[in-house]
Amino acid sequence: MQNRPEKLINDGVRLDGRGADEIRPIKIEAGVLNRADGSCYIEWGGNKVLAAVYGPREAHPRHLQDPRKAIIKYRYNMASFSVEDRKRPGPDRRSVEISKVSREALAPVLMLEYFPRSSIDIFVEILQADAGTRTTGITAASVALADAGIPMKNLVSAISVGKADGEVVLDLIREEDNYGEADMPVAMITETGDITLLQMDGNLTEEEFIKALNFAKKGCESVYKLQRRSLIEKYEKSCSD
Amino acid sequence: MSEEVVIPGCFLGESVTAGEGTFVEENRVYSMVYGLVKRDKKEVEVIPLSGKYLPKAGDLVIGKVIESTFSMWILDINSPYDGLLRLSNYPKRIEKEDMQKEMRVGEMVITRIKEVEFPMRINLSMDDRKCAVIREGVVVEITHTKIPRVIGKGGSMINLIKKKIGCNIFIGQNGRIWLSGSDKKIELAAETILKIEREAHVNRLADRIDRFIKEKKKGKGKNAK
Repeated sequence: MQNRPEKLINDGVRLDGRGADEIRPIKIEAGVLNRADGSCYIEWGGNKVLAAVYGPREAHPRHLQDPRKAIIKYRYNMASFSVEDRKRPGPDRRSVEISKVSREALAPVLMLEYFPRSSIDIFVEILQADAGTRTTGITAASVALADAGIPMKNLVSAISVGKADGEVVLDLIREEDNYGEADMPVAMITETGDITLLQMDGNLTEEEFIKALNFAKKGCESVYKLQRRSLIEKYEKSCSD
Repeated sequence: MSEEVVIPGCFLGESVTAGEGTFVEENRVYSMVYGLVKRDKKEVEVIPLSGKYLPKAGDLVIGKVIESTFSMWILDINSPYDGLLRLSNYPKRIEKEDMQKEMRVGEMVITRIKEVEFPMRINLSMDDRKCAVIREGVVVEITHTKIPRVIGKGGSMINLIKKKIGCNIFIGQNGRIWLSGSDKKIELAAETILKIEREAHVNRLADRIDRFIKEKKKGKGKNAK
């Protein structure tokens, strides 16, 4: 791994040339896998993530079935080649935690009572990681769920905010995540403003926290627009072929 | 492209009747699925572009026998839930030992969904004159959301295919379609139906399909010569 850069922010300009409240370039494509019921591929700065949704289908093992609603399974997995030092394959403490919080971030929008006893399986594969993979995963999973035709109240958008060199910044890159003072992933239902995931690593003052949350809100609005466009583009593409 | 595509959570209108694929919150109607909006005089609904078949009482579906127990057959009806066809809902009185003779595992059957019990127990019956075990022809499977396009407005599309190709077609609401007739007719009909599935939301689909069938028929005529 490279050493800590001397400065993370130079005269208000970040290492990759962005301002404090700017997001990295994002590319979202819905319906990239044929076998899955719904899927999404997203490139978010240096992150490359693939999400696949199967179901609703019969839940296995059977004792997990809920007679009143569908259950959600969420599997967040990092490819061994997704980071510089080889990531040991398989679930670990970190990925199990991320799977749990991501599942709970998406649950509020899903109308699970339409499919009792069944399970909705979400797979998120991180192919290349560059900070903010859980938020990228949630953003992609949300598009994949809509693509699978699952009844939902809305889409969930997610983004990370944090603090680097004493400044609140939106959408951290790896250096800011590693050497910064705080990292706070946020997921929200953009249209209603409801927050479905909020974690924080590091310290922020109350003022900084409010500023960070406002940054996240603004960021989620941009992400939501791109999510919506990816689904509409998929339909338009299927018409022109 | 005159049709309106929406994503889940899209606002559709106030004080309108909420049809399928929508939900109401504080008198406002929103879409619940990713699909196309259909507005009537009063009602608004969203036709999904994808999704699993949810069994509805009264639907005629094509099921595949996956298990035969001592008192019922279990059928895969192309949905997250299996269908149960009890011996008591079978039109003929048969002995339990003869169940395998009536319907073998792996066979396709046209059945009607009698009722959907809590929690999603699907009871099937054979009390419709169309219900039968399928012993000839081919069953093709498409996304069930495209079934209305295959049928067309008032059955226009399906009648077009039947008339032009001349094979028998039965459409199950769960996305399975039974074709019977000569091998050549079945092949052409299957190709046509898959084309409809692929191009389901293209404008003036009927004209395209009409042309497609004509071209295919002509092509075959040339090969024969």
